Amino acid sequence: MTVAAWTILALFGLAPFGALTARFPAGRVPIYGGSLILCAGLFYAGLTGLAGPTEHLILPLGLPWIGTHLRLDAVSGFFLVLTGMGGAGASLFAVGYTGHDAHPERVLAFYPAFLAAMALVVLADDAFTFLFAWESMSLTSWALVKAHHRQAGNAQAGFIYLIMATFSGLALLLTFGLLAGPAGGYSFDAMRASHPDLAVAAVVLVTALIGAGSKAGLVPLHVWLPLAHPAAPTHVSALMSGVMTKVAIYGFIRIVFDLLGPGQWWAGTVVLALGGLTAVLGVLHALMERDLKRLLAYSTVENIGIVFIGLGLALAFRATGFQAGAGLALTAALFHAFNHTLFKSLLFFGAGAVLKATGSGDLETLGGLIHRMPWTAFAFLAGCAAIAGLPPLNGFVSEWLTFQAMLLRPDLPQWGLKLIIPVDAAALALAAALAAACFVRAFGIAFLGRPRSEAAAQVRETDAWSIAAMLLFAMLCLAAGLVPGAVLDRIGPVAQALTGANMPRQMGDAWLTIVPVAASRSSYNGLLVFAFIAVSVLLTTTAVHWFGSRAIRRGPAWDCGFPDPSPATQYSAAGFAQPLRRVFGTVVFQSGETVDMPPPGDNRAAKIEQRIADPVWDWLYLPLGRGTIWVANRMNAVQFLTIRRYLGLVFITLIVLLMALTLWQ
Amino acid sequence: MTAAHGLSFDIAHMLAGGLVLVSFMMLYQDRLTALLHVLGLHAFVLSLSVAWQAHIQDAPGLYIAAGIALGFKAILVPQALRRMIFRMGLHREIETVGGIGLTMLAGIALVALSLRVMLPVTVHADPVAREDIALALSVVLIGLLTMVTRRNAISQVVGFMSLENGINLAATGARGMPLVVEISVAFSVLIAFIVIGVFLFRIRERFDTVDAVAIDSARGGQR
Amino acid sequence: MIHALSWQFVQMVLILAVSPLLTGIVRKVRARLQRRRGASPVQPYRDLRRLLAKEAVVADNASWLFRAVPYFVFATTWVAASLIPTFAANLMFSGAGDLIAITALLGSARFALALAGMDIGTSFGGIGASREMMIASLAEPAMLTIVFTVALVAGSTQLSTIAETMLNGHPGLRVSLALALAALLIVALAENARIPVDNPATHLELTMVHEAMVLEYSGRHLAMIELAAALKLTLYIAMIACVFLPAGMADGPAQPVEDAIGVAAWLAKIAAGGIALGIAETAVAKMRVFRVPNFLGAALMLGLLGVLLLFVSQGM
Repeated sequence: MTVAAWTILALFGLAPFGALTARFPAGRVPIYGGSLILCAGLFYAGLTGLAGPTEHLILPLGLPWIGTHLRLDAVSGFFLVLTGMGGAGASLFAVGYTGHDAHPERVLAFYPAFLAAMALVVLADDAFTFLFAWESMSLTSWALVKAHHRQAGNAQAGFIYLIMATFSGLALLLTFGLLAGPAGGYSFDAMRASHPDLAVAAVVLVTALIGAGSKAGLVPLHVWLPLAHPAAPTHVSALMSGVMTKVAIYGFIRIVFDLLGPGQWWAGTVVLALGGLTAVLGVLHALMERDLKRLLAYSTVENIGIVFIGLGLALAFRATGFQAGAGLALTAALFHAFNHTLFKSLLFFGAGAVLKATGSGDLETLGGLIHRMPWTAFAFLAGCAAIAGLPPLNGFVSEWLTFQAMLLRPDLPQWGLKLIIPVDAAALALAAALAAACFVRAFGIAFLGRPRSEAAAQVRETDAWSIAAMLLFAMLCLAAGLVPGAVLDRIGPVAQALTGANMPRQMGDAWLTIVPVAASRSSYNGLLVFAFIAVSVLLTTTAVHWFGSRAIRRGPAWDCGFPDPSPATQYSAAGFAQPLRRVFGTVVFQSGETVDMPPPGDNRAAKIEQRIADPVWDWLYLPLGRGTIWVANRMNAVQFLTIRRYLGLVFITLIVLLMALTLWQ
Repeated sequence: MTAAHGLSFDIAHMLAGGLVLVSFMMLYQDRLTALLHVLGLHAFVLSLSVAWQAHIQDAPGLYIAAGIALGFKAILVPQALRRMIFRMGLHREIETVGGIGLTMLAGIALVALSLRVMLPVTVHADPVAREDIALALSVVLIGLLTMVTRRNAISQVVGFMSLENGINLAATGARGMPLVVEISVAFSVLIAFIVIGVFLFRIRERFDTVDAVAIDSARGGQR
Repeated sequence: MIHALSWQFVQMVLILAVSPLLTGIVRKVRARLQRRRGASPVQPYRDLRRLLAKEAVVADNASWLFRAVPYFVFATTWVAASLIPTFAANLMFSGAGDLIAITALLGSARFALALAGMDIGTSFGGIGASREMMIASLAEPAMLTIVFTVALVAGSTQLSTIAETMLNGHPGLRVSLALALAALLIVALAENARIPVDNPATHLELTMVHEAMVLEYSGRHLAMIELAAALKLTLYIAMIACVFLPAGMADGPAQPVEDAIGVAAWLAKIAAGGIALGIAETAVAKMRVFRVPNFLGAALMLGLLGVLLLFVSQGM
């Protein structure tokens, strides 16, 4: 606990130095190096939190009569581990990546503060500290998003992010206000002790979903995420996608699972529905996207959906008194959050390396990078396979666990759950398959084939620090896929604390097989599958080379006899997505194409135009924006009144409030 | 729906479920001739189901109903419709059904809805009849959906026929439906069919199409 | 331990040895139905031998991925196939992966193959990869919903347990299982690139999917991919047989009589499956590519309906 507190203070303390050292050419090294070490400290503190008993700490900072309450329990510990892990990786990557940043002072000062704020959110034990940390997290990350404010689109991204962040903070303020109740106990312990009635609980659920969900990127509150995450420098993008979304999930878990009490089953239904919608819509957006970083941001939305599916299941099971199922579902969700931190950070690092090497993240200008950036390509491939949910990597295990949790109880009596769980199972399966298509496209277009631009043809492999960070995370992805039991057993105390049950111990099995419920029901062994595949590959290669031919001849591509030297004849990113856009996009995005083909003899260039509409923008935010402007225009008249009328307004307000008060009692 | 009900329940349930499955095939199929094959299959499954009900309920009257279903609905009506579309030259027609995926999804939602409505209402009823009625309601609703999503008057007739099959299924599932009612329903359908057939020819003579959208436009600006 | 391992090995070798023959049988049946004589059913073995002996021609700008993928695809498919109970259930490694894992392993193989198709940077490779992923994006969820249906009936996603439940547990005739079977047949056709989704015998540019992806392969690499395709076909027929027709399967290895019956029954089922596939492929025509999503969407909806019915009808 003290380690965590000191580390956070040190990170906050590191921030001003960032502004100072930014003037020197190597000024980034002490800041990122320091962040790396301090993140390792957070990681360690998180592990102690997971293993040990709950610890409390009251710091004499903050509001004089409240102080700052900190608490390190298993839940905080788990998310502290995620923060430390993601932060350490991003810092390691940043040491190399930010070598040629034009404005280091715009990043260096805020980076450690951002890390500290995220860690503080996780540790906060009273509403004031929580909100303070939450808003610090929003503001520092907003400053980081605006670091390259002169690039096209970044200013708009920052603006939308700020609006959504304010909105989210407001919703959380309301949440805590409701939870504190009339007694006004702003410490989390007081909130745990009070049990709000049904209506209040419902409102709290909604505001928590808005507050934490908008930060996490839950549809339809996700709109800022694919704008803001890619706008930040890449190592910060990795932090925002890999860690900040997890901190938001922590907020949701802390409020709904811990502070709110046992809950109702329909809460699970709402969360399940939102999760399924988020997963499918996020991955569909990612499929259509041509900018690599924005593609990754949309894929974050998808993965948040998967995590929320697990959380919704856990809520529903817990409310219906099925603790074991709740434990399994929550473990699956948390494990997916852990995995997502790993592979999304890795993928952002890879995207950053590509961005740095080619100067562009536009898929249509990339291609053939595997030849000149072999290490980056290898690590990025590992990340793609992991996020696509392919065995034997880690993404598969968490999705598999979620499926297992869904199949546990078809006989629940609640109709809402009976209908939503199968639909969500299908949605999750669909999202997983679409994610595979999405990342075949991302890797295939960016790294394979022939270069589509001069910049892509002339790339050089990225620096050693970045490669080290990528390979480290790729190895962790593989390790978490091969021996998931090691992570799952660590999550055990978290599930125990929140649902009253956890998965049976996994590392006891001689073969390290994962058995969520019973061996006859389901089991999976990543290690065995991996060994099996490796041995088969070795055997086959040896046998084929031994008995068959080893000869190899290089020649021009066959391509049905008509190879074309122009790289423009390759499939483009838009072309690759076209069948899927036609299947899914016509309904979801009202996408369409207009082909303008000039008649023979006309020298005009032929043109094909795609249209894609974002349903959330069209149906929710644009009407909202129009409504706001309409109201603002009406209210404009109020700004030109006489003093007498202003006084009248004040008077009427007072009377209305008084009357409301009398009616209330 | 547990194994405790035994084989007779399983088969009855299976046949009713099969009818729902064929209804979905109908929803999926957008070629007119193939749609008529599916209609024949639909009625065939219905007749099997009715015959099985006759067997387990020990009601010989239902065998006649099954025979009627087989003769009229599985063979006669599809054949007649088939001749009709050949004479109209519609047999190569492919209809534009608005998004098969969406339509199927709507179909599933309808099945869920009918189960949701029927199962809690019939808690005290005979378990065999319960599931049968729920599935029959799904067949009726999907038949309606077929009629709504089709543009062609003939496939709307097909949808209507499948709807009627659903009503039949419900009727036989509930024990003690008098044979007279059954026969009268069958004949009413036949008459409806003849009337519709005649109308179709009249419509075609007049408008040179049986596309319902084109026919609508002849109503003269009342829409 | 060694004993158990050797039985697992027997199963792996058996399924590998049989799979080219199955391809040969399907081709023979189709040829006979089309009034051709057709090649002998053992022709695929000869093809493989010939391909293995040839030198491999690799395009100039192929990366390491291109050369590694055939072995990976083959190994993954082989591992997935060895997890399916064929003649006996409860083999040594049956606990390593369940039906979901098998589906995902096949997904891994497809992921790799689609990447290999894009590696050279030809338009055909791209078209194949793009369409393959489009088909997979519907076939895989459809497969998973089928798995859920079966798993809910059997109370397990473990294939050995499912087979035993189907064999001894009297699951009865379930509507959901019928829906799942219909959906599984559709998925199996799509996953194995058979008519009406794709045509394994065509090299007509605009219609091919799987063949377009592997167009650049030759020699031993092509042999590996062909063998993997044959294995996958065998895997799917074996899976259908294991779940919906497990009759004759022994409940564990090392029981000579039961195992012999199991092997005979399994071979008969595979042969019957191959003949049925040949007949079906002759009877129907290939679809346009953009009708395939409807076809597979129907499978997905059937699977979903099956799961939904099971959820709704339990505990009422």
